[in-house]
Amino acid sequence: MKKSVFFGALTVAGVAAGAAAAGTLDDVKARGTLNCGVTTGLVGFAAPDANGEWEGFDVAFCRAVAAAVLGDPKAVEFVPTTGKTRFTALASGEVDLLARNTTWTFSRDVDLKFDFIGVNYYDGQGFMIPKSLGVSSAKELDGATVCIQTGTTTELNLADFFRKNNISYEPVPIETNAEGQAQYLAGACDAYTTDASGLAATRASFENPADHVVLPEIVSKEPLGPLVRHGDNEWGDVVRWTLNALIAAEEMGVTSANIGDLSASAGDNPEVNRLLGTEGSLGEMLGLSADWAKSAIMAGGNYGEVFEKNIGENTPIGLSRGLNAQWTDGGLLYSPPFR
Amino acid sequence: MSNTHADTVLFVRDTMLPQKNPPSTSVGAVGWARENLFAGWGNTILTLLAFAVVYYLLAGILPWLISPTFGAESLTECREILAAKGVGSHGGACWGVISERWKQLLFGFYPAEAYWRPILTFVLLFVAISPVLFADYVTPKLLWFTALFPFLAVWLLWGGSLWTPVTVLAGFVVGAVFLSMGSKIGGAIVGVIAAILGAVLWWAVAAAPLASGLSSVVEIGLLPVESRDFGGFLLAITLGVTAIFGSLPLGIILALGRRSDLLLVKSLCVGFIEFIRGVPLITLLFVASTLLNIFLPPGTNFDIILRVMIMMTLFAAAYMAEVIRGGLAALPTGQYEAADALGLDYWKAQRLIIMPQALKISIPGIVSTFIGVFKDTTLVSIISLFDPLGLANAIRADGAWTGIYWELFIFIGVVFFIFCFSMSRYSMYLERKLQTGHH
Repeated sequence: MKKSVFFGALTVAGVAAGAAAAGTLDDVKARGTLNCGVTTGLVGFAAPDANGEWEGFDVAFCRAVAAAVLGDPKAVEFVPTTGKTRFTALASGEVDLLARNTTWTFSRDVDLKFDFIGVNYYDGQGFMIPKSLGVSSAKELDGATVCIQTGTTTELNLADFFRKNNISYEPVPIETNAEGQAQYLAGACDAYTTDASGLAATRASFENPADHVVLPEIVSKEPLGPLVRHGDNEWGDVVRWTLNALIAAEEMGVTSANIGDLSASAGDNPEVNRLLGTEGSLGEMLGLSADWAKSAIMAGGNYGEVFEKNIGENTPIGLSRGLNAQWTDGGLLYSPPFR
Repeated sequence: MSNTHADTVLFVRDTMLPQKNPPSTSVGAVGWARENLFAGWGNTILTLLAFAVVYYLLAGILPWLISPTFGAESLTECREILAAKGVGSHGGACWGVISERWKQLLFGFYPAEAYWRPILTFVLLFVAISPVLFADYVTPKLLWFTALFPFLAVWLLWGGSLWTPVTVLAGFVVGAVFLSMGSKIGGAIVGVIAAILGAVLWWAVAAAPLASGLSSVVEIGLLPVESRDFGGFLLAITLGVTAIFGSLPLGIILALGRRSDLLLVKSLCVGFIEFIRGVPLITLLFVASTLLNIFLPPGTNFDIILRVMIMMTLFAAAYMAEVIRGGLAALPTGQYEAADALGLDYWKAQRLIIMPQALKISIPGIVSTFIGVFKDTTLVSIISLFDPLGLANAIRADGAWTGIYWELFIFIGVVFFIFCFSMSRYSMYLERKLQTGHH
């Protein structure tokens, strides 16, 4: 009896969850704000400024989605999440969208019942060493002490890499990037390993960045992407095509500077016209207004502009585009056509 | 040979000598130093050694602390200022981060134009607790304000319509009216049941419509502030104060329950205390933040800060119960027997004889628990609330301040120290005041 009541309650909760999840787009429109899960703070990707305004690469994507759906890039409620709370926040409906430099893996996609809607940053795990160590390849790190964050995929990747190359290492477990930075600078470990973007940001904050090098080896694939709940395909489409719109806009040369002219009337590039809603009815198919993509691009610029503003070569982090360049420039960014 | 005194003594002084100052080596600073610092070889050596250590520490720390970097807008700028000054980048602190972010560390993301509200709440908090803390100096009439304060504080901090707390408060009035009516009609038990039913019915049915009706007539309200905007010390103090003042009465009840003769009451209290004490606070916080989210129907807006407050209060109450039980156990049985002999009933005996003594014995333990709870509020950064430490992490994620640690931690540490040290000094004052032993 007790058991059946419990299961009954679970079923009701499950059905209710399903019912609510079925209409995230309508929920967001009705609420008037987008609840976007971001990290509690990662240089270049998401951080609050002195006035409490969130800024960063992932934050810019949240704003683009809010602009596409609600027409207002400010209509975002940022929900900071830690590595431990992020998935429950999304699964329980606390956030509509998680843009939190989360690696797209099989088990997260399949087992945790999420949909990764694409990749907004191709990352990979790298090593940083002091130049004085005189090492030029990660394969020469035999017997080195390595600072590593516990409980992350980087820890497993590190073990895999050293085993594959049949060399030994001694891990120095650390809890946060801040601690890792301090330990590394204090000489507690010979090498520091984490995602290459994180290494670049860490190195940029050093007093003498030139004394440290990031080794060329990238030992893992870390495709970071925004994700939504499984089973709400309308919402998934909205988020996926917002990301694609930002990427396609860069490919087609649509920037926040010229978007006013391009969207004023139909031009001679039919795909730009379709993207900006001066031709066809793509917005209507998504359940959004015709100028959805225009709003999204105007929120912070196209993909390239967002990249340059937050993590690009002119910022303190100074990441080059690398894999994150357009496919036409030898990178991996490749948006399906807007047709 | 004469026998007169004048003949046997050459000189007799016939006036009193004026009192002289003690030798200059035994009074004042010199005397104190001779007595306390340089009394003997051993002491002198130890004193000199201690001075050397203190000098060494201060010479290292002070130049670092006194650093002209208050105007800097990034770590890089700090380093430039320090380099221009001729000391290395480790030769001085970078206080720019504090001068730029101290408001954020104190108030989190609370809207800047409403900072007066938490400040006013904080001041009123002391007014509200003064009749409890300093009963000798403050009129007991102020206790009315103490009872009203929680509602006032919630309204001030979270904003919204004034009528919401007023109608909630009216529920207690409804309960009181039902209590007196019910007990007239059918005795104490009927009165209590009627009061509870009446208050719950009021809150469930009448409060919300009445509040919205009243606010449509007379709109009195403050800008509503989301719980998510709470952060820094505002969050730590809100959580800490609630847990502290919630846990004491709850702890007393649990401690009495644990010593009760009624099997049901006793096992419930023992079960609760042992369960809560057997589980780390972090686990309870995770339950509050994630598990409840999954079990509650989606769309339920059960405020995260409220959830955390409840968990922290329960956690602190379990420890408090054990501290107070220690005080109860320390009372000689004679006290209980004396209370019985006077013909006092259970509650009167507890209120007049047992509790005043037991609580007095437990003061150091109680205050330790308070301080522990206050410091435990920093654990909420794990469930992505921005307590001061979580905020320090977020500030470091700003490109301008990446790689800055000590300055933030020192600021946070100093503020925490002020609060904890004041609590500890107050408890010593209270112990002295309540000292009734004969020494």
